[in-house]
Amino acid sequence: MEHYLSLFIRSVFVENMALAFLLGMCTFLAVSKKVQTAIGLGIAVIIVQTITVPVNNLLVHNLLADGALAWAGFPDADLSFLGLIVYIGVIAALVQILEMTLDKFFPALYQSLGIFLPLITVNCAIMGGSLFMVERDYNFPESVVFGLGSGFGWALAIAALAGIREKMKYSDVPDGLRGLGITFITVGLMAIGFMSFSGIKL
Amino acid sequence: MAFDTQEAKSVLFSPIFNNNPIALQVLGICSALAVTSKLETALVMSLALTTVVALSNFLISMIRNQIPSSIRIIVQMTIIASLVILVDQVLKAYAYEVSKQLSVFVGLIITNCIVMGRAEAYAMKNGPVMSFLDGLGNGLGYSVLLIVVGIIRELFGSGELLGYTILPSTANGGWYETNGMLVLPASSFFIIGFLIWALRTWKKDQVEDNE
Repeated sequence: MEHYLSLFIRSVFVENMALAFLLGMCTFLAVSKKVQTAIGLGIAVIIVQTITVPVNNLLVHNLLADGALAWAGFPDADLSFLGLIVYIGVIAALVQILEMTLDKFFPALYQSLGIFLPLITVNCAIMGGSLFMVERDYNFPESVVFGLGSGFGWALAIAALAGIREKMKYSDVPDGLRGLGITFITVGLMAIGFMSFSGIKL
Repeated sequence: MAFDTQEAKSVLFSPIFNNNPIALQVLGICSALAVTSKLETALVMSLALTTVVALSNFLISMIRNQIPSSIRIIVQMTIIASLVILVDQVLKAYAYEVSKQLSVFVGLIITNCIVMGRAEAYAMKNGPVMSFLDGLGNGLGYSVLLIVVGIIRELFGSGELLGYTILPSTANGGWYETNGMLVLPASSFFIIGFLIWALRTWKKDQVEDNE
C-alpha cells in the first residue's frame, strides 16, 4: 500500500507531467486563460489518463513485449516495435468511446468537457504517460496509480497556471512579452517551484 | 500544377522567422523544452522531427483526395505513427546512445502538434511538392529555435558544445563558473520566453493584443 501511495505522490508532485517533464505543453499554454476551462480540461485529462495507461499496460504485457505472445503459440514473437502505433490507436479510440459514452449518458458533463476531449488525443502528456509506463516497466496496479497520479498532477498544474494568468490580466507587461512570452516565463518559475518537491519520498 | 519558385521560397522560409511554429503558432513545445539541455540531442531531435513532418506532409498530400474527411484524423495519425516508428528504429540502430537520452521524446513526435497541425492546415489542401516544402520549412523553424536553445544551455550550463570544452569550467580547473540553472528543464522556459521577446521586438506585427 505504502508503495502505491509513494508512487502516487511521486507522479503528482515530484515527477509532475507538465512541470517536471514538460509534457502536454501545447494545450497547457493554449487552454490556460480561464480557471474554469482549465479545470474542465484537467478533469478530462485525469479520466483519459487513468483509463489509457492501464489499458496500454495490459496490451504491452499480453501482446507486444518480447515473448508476450507465448499464450497464442508464438513464444519468439517480439512486436514491441509496433508499440507507438498501438498506443496512439488506443488513445484515439478511447477518447472517441469516452466522448460517445458521455454524450449518451452524461450530457451535462459532455457539454462542459465536449470541446476538450478531441484535443486530448494529441496531448503529449497522455502519450507520454503510456511511454513512461512502458519504459519504467510498471505492473498493472502500478500503472493504474501512475495514470491517476500523473493525470491529477497535470490537472493541478494547469489549474494553477490559469489562476496566475487570470491575475496577470491586471499587470503591465512589456509589448513583446505579452501573451505567450510572459506565460513561458511564468511556467518556468512554476517549474522551479515544483522542483522543491524533488527528493521527497514516503 | 505549375511550380512557382517565388511561392516555394516563401513556403520554405517564412516559418523560420515570420511564422515560427514554436514562437508564434505555439505548436510542438513539449519536445522543444525537454531535449535541449545538450546540443547533440537537440540536433538529433530536429533532424528526426524535420524528416517526419516533411515526409508526412508529402504522403498525406498525395492521398488527400482519397481520405474521407470523417476519418482523416485517424488516417493522418497512422501515417505519422508509421513514420515515427521508422525514425525510432533508425535511431536505435545507428545512434543508440542519443536515442537512449531522448527516451520517450522520439515517440512523442507522433503527438507533436507541428506534425498534426501542418498535415491538417496545409497538406490537406495543397499539392505534394509544396506540402513537402512546407513541412521542411516548419521543421527548419523548429530546428532553429531548438538549436539556439541547445547552444545556450549547453555552452553556458556546462561550458561545452557537442561534448568539446569551450569554456573550461572551474570543476575541471578552468575559469568558467558553470550556470547550474541552465541544466534544469525550467531554464528552457526562460530562454524561449526571452527569444520570443527578442523576436517580437524585431518583428512588431507578432505582438499580441492586450486581453
